[in-house]
Amino acid sequence: MSIPNDLRYTKTHEWVRLEKDGLVSVGITAHAQDLLGDMVFVENPAVGRKLAAGEECAVVESVKAASDVYAPLTGEVAAANTEVEEAPEKINQDPYGAWLFRVKPDNAGDLDALLDAAAYQALVDSEEH
Amino acid sequence: MLKRTPLNQAHREMGAKMVDFGGWDMPLHYGSQIEEHHRVRRAAGMFDVSHMLVVDITGEGARGFLRHLLANDVDKLKEPGKALYSCMLNPRGGVMDDLIVYRRGEGRYRLVVNAATAEKDLAWLYRQRDDRVPELDISPRRDLAMIAVQGPRARDRVWQAIPGSRAASEPLKPFQGTEHGQYFMARTGYTGEDGFEIMLPADHAVALWRGLAALGVAPVGLGARDTLRLEAGMNLYGQDMDEDTSPLESGLAWTVALGDGRDFVGKAALQAAPAVRRLAGLILLDKGVLRSHQKVVTPEGQGEITSGGFSPTLERSIALARLPAATVPGQVVQVQVRDKLLKARIVKYPFVRNGAPCYDEG
Repeated sequence: MSIPNDLRYTKTHEWVRLEKDGLVSVGITAHAQDLLGDMVFVENPAVGRKLAAGEECAVVESVKAASDVYAPLTGEVAAANTEVEEAPEKINQDPYGAWLFRVKPDNAGDLDALLDAAAYQALVDSEEH
Repeated sequence: MLKRTPLNQAHREMGAKMVDFGGWDMPLHYGSQIEEHHRVRRAAGMFDVSHMLVVDITGEGARGFLRHLLANDVDKLKEPGKALYSCMLNPRGGVMDDLIVYRRGEGRYRLVVNAATAEKDLAWLYRQRDDRVPELDISPRRDLAMIAVQGPRARDRVWQAIPGSRAASEPLKPFQGTEHGQYFMARTGYTGEDGFEIMLPADHAVALWRGLAALGVAPVGLGARDTLRLEAGMNLYGQDMDEDTSPLESGLAWTVALGDGRDFVGKAALQAAPAVRRLAGLILLDKGVLRSHQKVVTPEGQGEITSGGFSPTLERSIALARLPAATVPGQVVQVQVRDKLLKARIVKYPFVRNGAPCYDEG
């Protein structure tokens, strides 16, 4: 599974993309959806909710298990992806397209503290061995 | 070191994601669990169930031995090859295992027991044998593999894959099996669909598996096996019942033959402890997914989900739950899911049979 170079990642298998409008999209990685299997339910945080980095803020459920999604950085929830809530299988079909929610970060510089593609690849490799 | 069935390599070649299932290296799915589920409901799928143990019990005392050991009565098995679902209880009335017993002839029985409980079951069978009928032969058949083929097209595909098998197996009624050369073919399963479970010499398993695959039968992993059996309202040992639960509180009263004047292990304990809980079906009305061990809140008291999940056929979450006996179908109850109480309706299960929804809201 290829890991896109233009995204940032967390140790808890979220991906993070800085959009042109300054908002940050959050999803789960191809590796994470592969471990979980067919996705059947998404519960997003409410728009307007303040998130602290590392906080449990969403839940994705597959046929196999429920899994928490953690806020990659501190900020306010600006949008939730209702399309993915209606059709959670989009996460399996296109994990890096199927964003879950968008955050307006308190400090855009926080992104730099997250893992880059190479560091995330190393994390995935270490978990597989 | 995980135990492997004769099909282990074939699973890997078909792209299976393998998992440790009670010490066995088994396929969870081959890509998409939901797709596999639908294939069984709509056409045909095949399952490697070789991890389950076949035990042949042979001898003059076999009938009396099994009438004492099983909560259901093997004397119900009149026709040759007829099968019976039964619990094997401990003296406390708890469920040691659930199994299928076939009567293959006079004094010839075959049990199929769960993989995780196989060693425990065997030890118990040997001990009871030594105490009661020492001359009885009890043979675990580790030399056999088992493949289940299930779905509306299943029997046709099996007949195509095993030359000459149609004549022997077409007359079978549900829950009946027959010998066909070295094969034992039974019209049984764990999905709520028609089909066969086929016991065969281990070194024939790969050829049959590949033959079925060539006919378009989809390999199906343990993931879909679980959602199929849940939709079919079939209990899973260790989850919906165990050594500390009565079959009468596990939706299995229909399998306990209490009224035939026969004594069996666990009978006295069952008669001394009337059921105060019952196993019920739940359909989630809110969005979310029911999971085992979630608490159920009812006006009659608390209950607990024993098996829960997403039903691909109904496209909503369903569950089996152990609830106070006074609850009734149609009632709306609440389930604690993380920090929320979600609404669910009690229904009469099974949820799905022969490809179609069939639950009853009472």
